[in-house]
Amino acid sequence: MNARTVSAGLGVSIVGFLLLVALTAGWIAPHDPFEQDLMKRMIPPAWMDGGSVEHLLGTDQLGRDYLSRLIYGARISLLIGTLTVVTSGLIGTALGVVGGYFGGRTDDIVMFVITCRLAIPLILVALTVVALIGSSLTVVVLTLGLLLWERFAVVARTTTMQVRNLDYVAAARAAGASTPHILLREILPNIMTHLVVVATLEMALAILLEAALSFLGLGVPPPLPSWGLMIAEGKDYMFFSPWVIVVPGVALFVLVFGINLLGDGLRDFLGVSQRR
Amino acid sequence: MKPVLEIENLRVGFADGTAAVRGVSLKVARGETHCLVGESGCGKSVTALSTMNLLARGARRSADVMRFHDYDLTSLSDRDMARLRGDKIAMIFQEPMTSLNPAYTIGSQMAEVLERHRRVSRAKGLERAADLLGRVGITAPGMRLAQYPHQLSGGLRQRVMIAMALMCEPELLIADEPTTALDVTVQAQILRLLQELQRELGLALLLITHDLGIVARMAQRVSVMYAGQVVESGSAEALFRAPTHPYTRGLLACVPIPGKTPRDQPLGSIPGVVPRIGPGFVGCAFRDRCAHAEPACGGTVPRRTVAADHDAVCTMVPA
Amino acid sequence: MLQFLLRRAVLALSVCLTVLVVAFALTRLSGDLAVSIAGPNATSEDVATIRKNYGLDRPLPVQFVDWAANAASGDLGRSYLYRAPVSGLIRERLPITLGLGLSGLTIALLTAIPLGILSAMREGTLLDRAIGLVALLGQAMPSFWLGLILVIWFGLKLQWLPISGVDTWQGYIMPGTVLAFSAIPALMRLTRAGMIEALSSDYIRTARAKGLSTASIVLKHALRNAAMPVVSVAAVQLGFMLGGSIVIETVFALHGVGYLAWESISKNDFPVVQAVVLLLAMIYIGLTLLADTMNAVLDPRLRAG
Ligand SMILES: Nc1ncnc2c1ncn2[C@@H]1O[C@H](COP(=O)(O)OP(=O)(O)O)[C@@H](O)[C@H]1O
Ligand SMILES: [Mg+2]
Repeated sequence: MNARTVSAGLGVSIVGFLLLVALTAGWIAPHDPFEQDLMKRMIPPAWMDGGSVEHLLGTDQLGRDYLSRLIYGARISLLIGTLTVVTSGLIGTALGVVGGYFGGRTDDIVMFVITCRLAIPLILVALTVVALIGSSLTVVVLTLGLLLWERFAVVARTTTMQVRNLDYVAAARAAGASTPHILLREILPNIMTHLVVVATLEMALAILLEAALSFLGLGVPPPLPSWGLMIAEGKDYMFFSPWVIVVPGVALFVLVFGINLLGDGLRDFLGVSQRR
Repeated sequence: MKPVLEIENLRVGFADGTAAVRGVSLKVARGETHCLVGESGCGKSVTALSTMNLLARGARRSADVMRFHDYDLTSLSDRDMARLRGDKIAMIFQEPMTSLNPAYTIGSQMAEVLERHRRVSRAKGLERAADLLGRVGITAPGMRLAQYPHQLSGGLRQRVMIAMALMCEPELLIADEPTTALDVTVQAQILRLLQELQRELGLALLLITHDLGIVARMAQRVSVMYAGQVVESGSAEALFRAPTHPYTRGLLACVPIPGKTPRDQPLGSIPGVVPRIGPGFVGCAFRDRCAHAEPACGGTVPRRTVAADHDAVCTMVPA
Repeated sequence: MLQFLLRRAVLALSVCLTVLVVAFALTRLSGDLAVSIAGPNATSEDVATIRKNYGLDRPLPVQFVDWAANAASGDLGRSYLYRAPVSGLIRERLPITLGLGLSGLTIALLTAIPLGILSAMREGTLLDRAIGLVALLGQAMPSFWLGLILVIWFGLKLQWLPISGVDTWQGYIMPGTVLAFSAIPALMRLTRAGMIEALSSDYIRTARAKGLSTASIVLKHALRNAAMPVVSVAAVQLGFMLGGSIVIETVFALHGVGYLAWESISKNDFPVVQAVVLLLAMIYIGLTLLADTMNAVLDPRLRAG
């Protein structure tokens, strides 16, 4: 077993484990993540002085069980990551495939749209949109989804250009297949592996961005247990109780690291050449 | 006279198990052109690169003797070898289009050789570079110095490579298929240039080629390589008079030699390809393609003397 | 070359114009801007006054053309919050953000390029893998969180560095490092890939045949050719870093443009938001142009073509 297999395996295990945690949150969380108990505020994790087994990872400033919030937080991160990637993947792939397949003026327009998107400051615009429309999970997903498509577009465009002139596409065209048929049946399946790799990268990015937005108070609204929001809420206490920010931060880090490992593993496994 | 370069029993293996060179021996004397000839993939470049200690990482090199003048190349440190390269031993390559750095001017790339080995100023280096560009037949050398490789044709670039190799007046020049990538007319010019320079400077020239026409024109000595071995070697005169190894004879049938090949005779070719040789291979590697193969070819075939200054590795040579 | 530059300039201008429209449209998303400005406790009379004072009662296209024309002449409007010209506010705070971005880029390049070179020279070894792993770890690090951890550790526990403000140059170290983290993985991978390609090229074989020193082969001959994509991406990354400074400036309480933007967003001070979006977009476009120019300097083939 070589190092690549090991790291890919680690990625699969991390993501698989957190996915399981997210799916079974209702059963495995020891407490209600929203239940406040002002008598039990800021209890440290079990292994520290003053900790108790009842709250393995302690409680937050409102006395809510930290482990339970962490477990439910995995749901939010993975949900937002997945939905964002689906949205942005659809937009980006559509743009990229169309630009790459038709070329010429169409492609110029696609390239222009991509350039414009890159010029627009991502976090700033996302924050503004959320501030104006009001924060909710849907708004965060849609905002990120509408902003994070450019890498899908770039990769879909270049790979489509490569596939476009291959024999079987030419054959399909000669056989009189309709353009939508060629795009969906001939081109798309052949660039899918590249898009899957991009999807992992973008998912990791979306999760980090959601956390950043929530941290700035313009992402997922409280009392939802987003990991970014947990860090923001713990910030005022971090000097005396660093674990309030260490715990959700490590969770975030491990998830994103796992997704990146998985992405690298997929890249090797699917034989997608690396170009970032 | 003591040879400038002397190699005995050179072996090179790669990490993937390929035995690219299997016991090559050769000598090059001052003022002599020694041609190393053979089909593509038979180990000529690897032989040249291992002499320069320029093999890729992961290659293993061993030799009983590998001597340049009094330097023992097998035991020389990387650092000392680097001091020898470009100074006393120079090399030019097959690919003039890609062998020059696209990011620097011709002058800069030439001058740095002298700066490195002679510790002279850039101005002195450029002066010598201009001299040499003139010497290799490039007009307006001053202008060329300020140009970049992409502004030059392939033939010009190979001239630049040759001039660059001469910056420190080397004693040994290794030329690995220097004309293969060039047009026929340019090819002839470059060969003439090499011939002139060699006579003038008394260079020891190890010229690698797959073209027996070039050998006939340039060589005093010839080593014919096949699958990592020198299968026949001798003076050019002896070898062309009495080619002995079936492989040499096959190669000769592939090229028209002026004055030797009748004009109306069709050119032959050797069927088959050079095999990849793994470790532990015994016998003649050519036997699968040879019309004269016999059971003895599967055993160890010794090197035998054909005539004075001419030997071959073949069972057909009488002991 | 001239035609190429002209095409690029036209493209840059059209991108600017598009961003202008986007920035304008963005702040009109909420529907009634006057209501947002007035705040929750305002009476309908207040809203009407605001609408009149800020010209929000005019048709949208008129508002846009008015704003765009003013922006083009350098007048970015007045901040509702500070009751001062936006351009002045930005001018005051831009140096901090630029300083932050540049220190981030410097740290990123000083880390990524040596690591990338080392990785390429030791391709496939344990060291190469270890460096790759570090890049992957860096990529997974939430920047705002890393900032907080550094503040706790170096600012409070060890007390080596100031936890906020940039009164001294030391103030730039922690936020610069955090910003650099996001750029290091991409820059490092690019340097590595470029160096591996360059090191296996024919001209490097020539350089070795000339007997040049390892330093000259790697740093002069190979790096120069591997540098071009790194330059392009470094410029883009600087643009992203400036955009990301909004998070970092909040963490480290640095009063730069990012902090200003965050304040304006949370307080509905839209002229400032519009202006910052526009500014960052223009900086980004400028940086990509700069990268093209630098590549032309690095690659003689581009210069001629
Ligand atoms: N870096 C390498 N790794 C593995 N095999 C190699 C390498 N370089 C050369 N070889 C093998 O060594 C043999 C001889 O190659 P070479 O010396 O380049 O032939 P030529 O006579 O055409 O110059 C070939 O079979 C080639 O595949
Ligand atoms: Mg060769």
